[in-house]
Amino acid sequence: MLKYTLIPLLPFISFIINILFGRNYIKDKAHWIAVPAVAGSFVLAVSAFFDVLGGHDVNINLYSWIASGDFTVSVGLLIDQLSAIMLIVVTSIGTLIFIYSIGYMHGDGGYYRFFAYLSLFVFSMLMLVMGNNFLVMYFGWEAVGLCSYFLIGFWFHKKSAGDAGKKAFIVNRFGDFGFGLGVILIYLTFGSLEYMQVFDKAGSIAGQTINLLGYDVSLVTLICLLLFCGAVGKSAQIPLHVWLPDAMEGPTPVSALIHAATMVTAGVFMVARCNPLFSMSPVAMNTVAVIGGLTAIFAATIALVQNDIKRVIAYSTVSQLGYMFLALGVGAYSAGIFHLYTHAYFKALLFLGSGSVIHALHHAGHHDEQNMQKMGGLKKHMPITYKVFVLATLSITGIPFFSGFFSKDEILWRAYLGGDLGKFLWFLGALAALLTAFYSWRLIFLTFHGTFRGTHEQEHHIHESPPVITVPLMFLAFGAVFAGYVGVPPIFLKHGDKIGEFLAPVLGHPAGHGTHAEEIFVILVSIAVAVGGWLIAYKMYIKSTELPQKMENRFQWIHKVLFNKYYIDELYSKTLIHPVLKASDKIILGFDTYVIEGIVNGVPNLIGAFSRKFREIQTGMLSNYALVMAIGAVCIVGIWIFLK
Amino acid sequence: MVPLSWYIILSSVMFSIGVFGFLTRRNLLIIFISIELMLNSVNISFVAFSHYLQSMRGQIMVFFVITVAAAEAAIGLAILIAYYKNNPTIRVDEINLLKG
Repeated sequence: MLKYTLIPLLPFISFIINILFGRNYIKDKAHWIAVPAVAGSFVLAVSAFFDVLGGHDVNINLYSWIASGDFTVSVGLLIDQLSAIMLIVVTSIGTLIFIYSIGYMHGDGGYYRFFAYLSLFVFSMLMLVMGNNFLVMYFGWEAVGLCSYFLIGFWFHKKSAGDAGKKAFIVNRFGDFGFGLGVILIYLTFGSLEYMQVFDKAGSIAGQTINLLGYDVSLVTLICLLLFCGAVGKSAQIPLHVWLPDAMEGPTPVSALIHAATMVTAGVFMVARCNPLFSMSPVAMNTVAVIGGLTAIFAATIALVQNDIKRVIAYSTVSQLGYMFLALGVGAYSAGIFHLYTHAYFKALLFLGSGSVIHALHHAGHHDEQNMQKMGGLKKHMPITYKVFVLATLSITGIPFFSGFFSKDEILWRAYLGGDLGKFLWFLGALAALLTAFYSWRLIFLTFHGTFRGTHEQEHHIHESPPVITVPLMFLAFGAVFAGYVGVPPIFLKHGDKIGEFLAPVLGHPAGHGTHAEEIFVILVSIAVAVGGWLIAYKMYIKSTELPQKMENRFQWIHKVLFNKYYIDELYSKTLIHPVLKASDKIILGFDTYVIEGIVNGVPNLIGAFSRKFREIQTGMLSNYALVMAIGAVCIVGIWIFLK
Repeated sequence: MVPLSWYIILSSVMFSIGVFGFLTRRNLLIIFISIELMLNSVNISFVAFSHYLQSMRGQIMVFFVITVAAAEAAIGLAILIAYYKNNPTIRVDEINLLKG
């Protein structure tokens, strides 16, 4: 039992030590505490994974957190197949990124603070995935959001970073509001927050409705949609995706760990965890699938024209998260989790690779270190980074027998089987895959091929990053290539879908069966779009490099819309942020100035004015005092005599 | 024999003069004298009642009053002199530092 408790506790201890003693004592040795802690978690997580593999699930209550009448909540850990996979993903990628950060953050003034927050994040994320009830999940959910806020705004002296942190936090609030309501509704409905009890009773509420603003709404649909609100916020789906690209203001390891591999997938995990509820509501499932499909294509189109290397990858993340929700929505929960798992490796690798590029350019004195238009030809200067980047790109674009191929193909295949809506979503997914291939290769070609578009002086100073950065990249590259082999589709290898079988006790088997011919057709389409995307990118950025400019001039307004991200930020600014700010101004002027400050300042002013009058009694004139004394004495005597 | 009421009237008149002087005069020395006047008016009534009631208690009180009056005069005059050394005045309307 201690073993399981230690998994989240080790990073937490690292956080406590670093945050308390980091500033004065530990300073630039913070990693000596943080890295062993998270590596220890990883070892324990692997051991827990094998326990689960051996059929030994864990469901323990550590202590009673809240006990108020009928309402009891424990802090408890649940390690089943689903959380075991999440544990492996979080701790393995966490360990590699912690090591990478030693090199990347070297010499930063907030070194200890970085590792403290990163440790706190790992603790929160582990609590999120390991909790055995909704409140512990909610705790982890909010805590990872808090850490995300801390780390996006890590370089808080930059205004854009502070703004991005606030944006992430506030946008997430919209989603979390729904999530919180969902948790409350679950408690009101089931009288418990424990997963096992809730899911056991889930069948009993089928067909129940709840009156909402005069409409009868299916209870389970309402619960699922409220929970999904939280997932939309945390996993950056339409319409709350706006925070994730801005979150790239944070240090690159943060983007890799929090905004690619783990935290943003919390929404996927949560929907998968609640699959007994979601499966009961076709409306909610279709919502999830459609939002996912639309996000996948929507974010991919934006990524086509962005020039900031991290923003391209960020939109790619949004798009891939869309894929995962697409899978969940068509009932292929294990495919969604499978993609979560493979995506974590290749996307973390892409981010860390871009971090390696940014790091090198920064040290070469490049001032526009994230602008791909100012890069080029880095292949010969950074051979290791280039190679791992290519491997990650092969994986994400779904080139056969790289891990992304297996998971993406599984999703597309499951979507294809999902009826008319499924076919439509499959089409969206395949189109998004084409775009993914295009922008991923565009990124590689702009960054690593061609000639360097900065100054000679800068080019002279570009060097490959140190081993502390490149070695984690190589490990991740291994994961990016081979992680998918746990889920080989049965068409290639009988009983190859190990991960699907492994997750089946929690997530069930996806419905729908198709013929071999159909499956081969879907696979061929996937391969075709992956190669097609590469060909288009090759044509535009290697063969005839003047073509992008021509296309930009030709389709100017499309480019403008895409480049400005469909003006969503501007729309929100006009319709939401501006009116709220204006109304707040009014409130400050009217209510705050006159009412609140009126009370706050009025009371002391009144007392002051009163005492100013009252203290004039103290004239300092002896005879006045004597007179008062005499009058007083006369009065006392008078009263004494006349009342006697 | 002088009736008791005469003593009381004398005592009341003396006391009133003392109070009047105490309240109206500005010279600190006169104020002291007014206080002495009030104390002594009380002494007169004590002695008168002592004689009238054939009891020594009143006269014992008189000694106390005289003692207190002596002490008071000593301390009061000392303060007065000390004050005069710093501020050459004994007019109470000019001694008004302790005002709000």
